[in-house]
Amino acid sequence: MAQMTMIQAITDAMRTELKNDENVLVFGEDVGQNGGVFRATEGLQDEFGEERVFDTPLAESGIGGLSIGLALQGYRPVPEIQFFGFVYEVMDSINGQMARMRYRSGGTHTSPITIRSPFGGGVHTPELHADSLEGLIAQQPGIKVVIPSTPYDAKGLLISSIRDNDPVLFLEHMKLYRSFRGEVPEEEYTIDLSKADVKREGKDVTLIAYGAMVHASLKAAEEMEKDGINAEVIDLRTVSPIDIDTIVESVKKTNRVVVVQEAQRQAGVAANVVAEIQERAILHLEAPVLRVTAPDTVYSFSAAEEVWLPNHKDIIEKVNQVLNF
Amino acid sequence: MSKERHEALGLSDDQVLEMFKTMLLARKLDERMWLLNRAGKIPFVISCQGQEAAQVGASFALDRDKDYVAPYYRDMGVVLAFGMTATELMLSGFAKAEDPNSGGRQMPGHFGQKKNRILTGSSPVTTQVPHAVGVALAAKMEKKDFVSFVTLGEGSSNQGDFHEGLNFAGVHKLPVITMVENNKYAISVPIEKQIASKNVSDRAQGYGMPGITVDGNDPLAVYEAVKDARERAINGEGPTLIEAVSYRLTAHSSDDDDRQYRESDEVEEAKQKDSIITFAAYLKEVGILTEEVEKELNQEIGSIVNEATDYAENAPYADPEDALKYVYEE
Repeated sequence: MAQMTMIQAITDAMRTELKNDENVLVFGEDVGQNGGVFRATEGLQDEFGEERVFDTPLAESGIGGLSIGLALQGYRPVPEIQFFGFVYEVMDSINGQMARMRYRSGGTHTSPITIRSPFGGGVHTPELHADSLEGLIAQQPGIKVVIPSTPYDAKGLLISSIRDNDPVLFLEHMKLYRSFRGEVPEEEYTIDLSKADVKREGKDVTLIAYGAMVHASLKAAEEMEKDGINAEVIDLRTVSPIDIDTIVESVKKTNRVVVVQEAQRQAGVAANVVAEIQERAILHLEAPVLRVTAPDTVYSFSAAEEVWLPNHKDIIEKVNQVLNF
Repeated sequence: MSKERHEALGLSDDQVLEMFKTMLLARKLDERMWLLNRAGKIPFVISCQGQEAAQVGASFALDRDKDYVAPYYRDMGVVLAFGMTATELMLSGFAKAEDPNSGGRQMPGHFGQKKNRILTGSSPVTTQVPHAVGVALAAKMEKKDFVSFVTLGEGSSNQGDFHEGLNFAGVHKLPVITMVENNKYAISVPIEKQIASKNVSDRAQGYGMPGITVDGNDPLAVYEAVKDARERAINGEGPTLIEAVSYRLTAHSSDDDDRQYRESDEVEEAKQKDSIITFAAYLKEVGILTEEVEKELNQEIGSIVNEATDYAENAPYADPEDALKYVYEE
């Protein structure tokens, strides 16, 4: 098995699907000869030609609309939005159009589009280059939102996303692109888009996270283990729809939960998870479900980023609160 | 004797009569929908009146067995020409389950029908332009001999998607024909407060494509412009922007009162140029629309509209559970 960074795994997934299915097209700003500003599409244009991997003009809404037109002709477009903060320019195409195509046409038209986009903080890019805006899309029925935390998951989830017959937003955390390597099979494989992953088993408390916060949660769990606290860590992997069954099963075991997200606090994925838990498993809880999130302010400037972003210490503090309730 | 205008364009007597019939059917359906709305039977009407010539003239210049259309909400003439029936349009007006456009899920005028290659559209205006460009890119990649045809109002030509879509089409020389139906008003805002250039078609220069302004009240002029554009598109010569100038004869919609923002004299003057009257006059002049033919046509269309209304009125609404369907693949 190869050792790959997450970005290599993402490129590998696109290469796999470009080979498997001639209807897969990869396009966006600078994805051609340049290979993408983060090199996610490096080498793909040389390998598959300018018809299947191509640069678009600098126009996000146009990229979204073009994807819909191509999807209506039977293609599986994999457009890239260069930074997810630029989603506001293509918001209507995503939430207003592709997510509703199946519904509004009574099932006769579909949009099997996978929008890839880098997001997330911790790499010293300021606001609109670092925001966690997954909640904006997670609120829209008709589209799935997938966020991998490891190279292995990135490849399997991206292949599944491209093959899915509904639109998928595939968010790639920039801090995870090259921060570590992991084992990734060279052959193709898929990962169910409706399944969370128990990253670490434990009995005292459940930490629920996604994206980079999975790693902060694992770090917190390791530190707490030294003090005899045994934490379970769940990686949601797909934040819309959410795998509630896996969460509830864990809650029944640990009776204590902390939900971790990098996004700001209000109206986010974590709030939704908390609501689902209290509706389904309140009698299994020994303490209120707490959240670790960024503050409800605009994304921080670079110098304050490490303070602004949630980290493993914030998680440990909340775990102590739920344990000592 | 010199050839008549339609003959010079390669159109037979039957074809021009069929054009007129389609225009008249669109008009009569639209008029019926207003009556139904005022009688409290259907919730909303958004009209084609005044734009039928452009819609039908353009459609007849396309290959209606191959080409794709991405219409906008006034395009009853286009979708009728592309095979949607009067009954289907009435089902949409009544928002009944059988409505092939969306099963009553969208507002009327949100046309879409896969079997007739009518792309389904969205409510914010101009979103259909990049969709049509995507379809045209597919045609080019697959070397297929179809074009995509997209329409919009002149107000919509101010949206970003107009620019983003036409720019991409121009860069890649795609087989897409964009027709702006300039009816002089974006709801209440007159053309001179919408657009700084003299014509909408002037914008084509910026996208590296021909820009043509035609009389949108003359179906034959529109036919000619679209036919030329299609030929260029099929020959790999790229996209065309056509501006068909006409006038919106009704208020913006059944919920709008146009007396707030335009003079009735202006509307009355436009009515003198109504294509339903002027094209009928042409057809009479060349001896195609005889008194007898006109009488039969009116009777036929009257009964089509009546039957469509009766059928749609009596058709069932979708079950409430249907509101939960078609969100994800099942």
